[in-house]
Amino acid sequence: MSTSSAYADYTTGDPVVDTKAPEGPIAERWDKRRFEAKLVNPANRRKHTVIVVGTGLAGGSAGATLAEQGYHVVQFCYQDSPRRAHSIAAQGGINAAKNYRNDGDSVHRLFYDTVKGGDFRARESNVHRLAQISVEIIDQCVAQGVPFAREYGGLLDTRSFGGVQVSRTFYARGQTGQQLLLGAYQALSRQIAAGNVEMHPRTEMLDLIVVDGRARGIVARDLITGKIDTYFADAVVLASGGYGNVFYLSTNAMNSNATAVWRAHRRGALFANPCFTQIHPTCIPRTGDHQSKLTLMSESLRNDGRIWVPKAKGDQRPPHEIPEDERDYYLERIYPSFGNLVPRDIASRAAKNVCDEGRGVGPGGQGVYLDFADAIERMGRAAVEAKYGNLFDMYQRITDEDPYRIPMRIYPAVHYTMGGLWVDYDLQTTVPGLFAIGEANFSDHGANRLGASALMQGLADGYFVLPATINDYLARHPRQDEVGPEHPLVQEVLAETEDRLHLLLAVDGDRTPDSFHRELGELMWEFCGMARTEGGLRKALERIPQIREEFWRRIKVPGTGEEFNQSLEKANRIVDYLELAELMCLDALHRAESCGGHFREESQTPDGEAEREDDTFSYAAAWEFTGTGTAPVLHKEDLVFEYVHPTQRSYA
Amino acid sequence: MKLTLRVWRQRAADTEGAMSTYEVDDISPDMSFLEMLDTLNEDLILRGEDPVAFDHDCREGICGACSLVINGDAHGPERTTTCQLHMRSFADGDTIDVEPWRASAFPVIKDLVVDRSAFDRIIQAGGYITAPTGSAPEAHATAVPKPDADLAFEHAECIGCGACVAACPNGAAMLFTSAKVNHLNVLPQGAPERETRVLDMVARMDEEGFGGCTLAGECATACPKGIPLVSITHMNKEWLRATRKAGKR
Repeated sequence: MSTSSAYADYTTGDPVVDTKAPEGPIAERWDKRRFEAKLVNPANRRKHTVIVVGTGLAGGSAGATLAEQGYHVVQFCYQDSPRRAHSIAAQGGINAAKNYRNDGDSVHRLFYDTVKGGDFRARESNVHRLAQISVEIIDQCVAQGVPFAREYGGLLDTRSFGGVQVSRTFYARGQTGQQLLLGAYQALSRQIAAGNVEMHPRTEMLDLIVVDGRARGIVARDLITGKIDTYFADAVVLASGGYGNVFYLSTNAMNSNATAVWRAHRRGALFANPCFTQIHPTCIPRTGDHQSKLTLMSESLRNDGRIWVPKAKGDQRPPHEIPEDERDYYLERIYPSFGNLVPRDIASRAAKNVCDEGRGVGPGGQGVYLDFADAIERMGRAAVEAKYGNLFDMYQRITDEDPYRIPMRIYPAVHYTMGGLWVDYDLQTTVPGLFAIGEANFSDHGANRLGASALMQGLADGYFVLPATINDYLARHPRQDEVGPEHPLVQEVLAETEDRLHLLLAVDGDRTPDSFHRELGELMWEFCGMARTEGGLRKALERIPQIREEFWRRIKVPGTGEEFNQSLEKANRIVDYLELAELMCLDALHRAESCGGHFREESQTPDGEAEREDDTFSYAAAWEFTGTGTAPVLHKEDLVFEYVHPTQRSYA
Repeated sequence: MKLTLRVWRQRAADTEGAMSTYEVDDISPDMSFLEMLDTLNEDLILRGEDPVAFDHDCREGICGACSLVINGDAHGPERTTTCQLHMRSFADGDTIDVEPWRASAFPVIKDLVVDRSAFDRIIQAGGYITAPTGSAPEAHATAVPKPDADLAFEHAECIGCGACVAACPNGAAMLFTSAKVNHLNVLPQGAPERETRVLDMVARMDEEGFGGCTLAGECATACPKGIPLVSITHMNKEWLRATRKAGKR
């Protein structure tokens, strides 16, 4: 067993040079790439099999579109139906540079906002393409029957979101993710019925099969029977989402997990910027140790709600007894031009700061008020209800408090991970034939994602980018030798997976999977959460291998592997969290600067804002796996900013 | 709170099931119902017993995975999903019955987990608009009157949990099917497939072994998303219209 210090002694390997982004004016690059990409003759497409793992916005839209193009798609999700992927929980909306409001929006402005919002740690070419495609997504979704909110004239309504000053967010009440996902699910269903997609629900990917340096299939477990099987293809697409559940408490679904991406990483795919995690400012505070997950409320609430805490420390009065001049509307005070609409990372950190000062409200002082009293007075209760009714209901159901009368209490929670598998402009990982789309990749959001941009990216990747770029790979790599279950490499991967599960069942210790997950999560929240320090990260790096060692000594998984066994599923996911967490801490430790969601206390301006070190850290950190607990190799992709020049982000 | 739970235990699809009794203690009224079951499961694992299997995922009332019949009611006493039901809805000392969805079209997989794939097959039969990627016209090319858009949304809110089927004395899937038919048929984009959609989806629903509708109305009462009973009437109208049109051709 290696020690943490050995793990932290990473080495630096060759830089990542070729991102495959075309040269030339940025607005022409996507057209250029699409033209230069080789195509697969429509008659030959049905001979190609593509595996898609995940059925969220990225996976659902990719599976449907690839099948429409004529490919044979074999698709997987751990849920009982592709309709339940966690994209369904996204509330607020989806950005698009339609400029329907005539308020000065444009593709270039969306591009600019996203690069700036990401604190200059994203690749310009990818972000510009995302902004270009955003307008097509809205067209596509409307054609599918997505019931976006409309004005009385019958045209689409929009609203504004954090970090921007235009109104470019399309929405379907507080359930935009649900409606977009159902659109993709329905398109996918049509292809399943047509026999073009072979759908495997309740089936979880447990490993990647790489033969002759190419991704050729996956190992997956049928969650009902427990049977572990191998599946083969000409290319594999991972659309398995983010890794926020490393923190145990997050806004992710309970079963969202990192196994697909982590196993791909172990098989050679570089993992980029793992420390870039987003802590969302408007979540419902936790109520006790029994808490199993955290619930987010759309940040669209910040459009009309005002965030405040008492001016005095330890003020125990109920909110209505605190007079106006004893309240600190701290976001409006510190950031007068963006006010309550500053980007998420800034809003979250500001909340942490006021709570650390002892001015937090609610149980344990871990909360701030989000107050709608002024909005109700200005717009009337009915208008507030029409706009936010379902969110208010949800809040009331969980907290048993009426937000129309008592200000909501909110606190930041882990929500999204900007890091993920490193991909080039084609969304291909460093394993040829392995693609990663949506939250599973690291591509477009840099160090901080803007609100309503995750849905945009998931659908851009799935409907438009991947279906254009995967052709090029398949055309250049015509069908090679058949790889089947009897191939020795496949047998080896399968045996490794089976052994891992057997071992989990065999330990028969005295601690439950959840107890380990909770312990790891608390450690990560404390040392790799909203604010990070060198000392804290080193402590975490020391502790994680100890937890891992204890896990393999004391884990208790009841039942067998040959049946429906939710404890086994959970334990197996924690195995991967226990490794990924280590890489997140190392990445956070090595990046001795603050940027976006990654705030290093050592690196801040005199006003307490994140201070980037562009001379040293203007790169994406892509890590290479070398073994459990052994030091990884860092590959840097230098970020070049030709169009949006890095400045200190200012939202004042 | 201290509670007595009577939970349906069934090892696998092809084995007999029975109710088993468990005591749980130290339950906070702020816990969700599923967090209460988590507590029970942690105890069961440490005692070397098989934890209770139940479907759950988002735990914020939108994915539709959770599916428990609690004291005879689908999703329990409040009009919400099981994951959004909190223990404050119960009293200290209560005995609570926890069962899976009961419907022949939803066979039990294990304990409280059922197979709802019949719902997916109903959608596959026609619950979509044929709009291949890349073929879409500009979004503002067709204005949709706000009342129509709002009506479509109201039906599109269905989360596919299956409470409607579980609550129905006949095990019918009319509310689920009608929600999707109405969502798509009310929109101009859905008009070209208006007739085939309703005919094919209803035919599939019947093939899947769901019961017939007698307008008992239990479905709409149990629906956590408030899909209205009139949705079924609208679908029947659509179906009659489509049948007449098909007859004329």
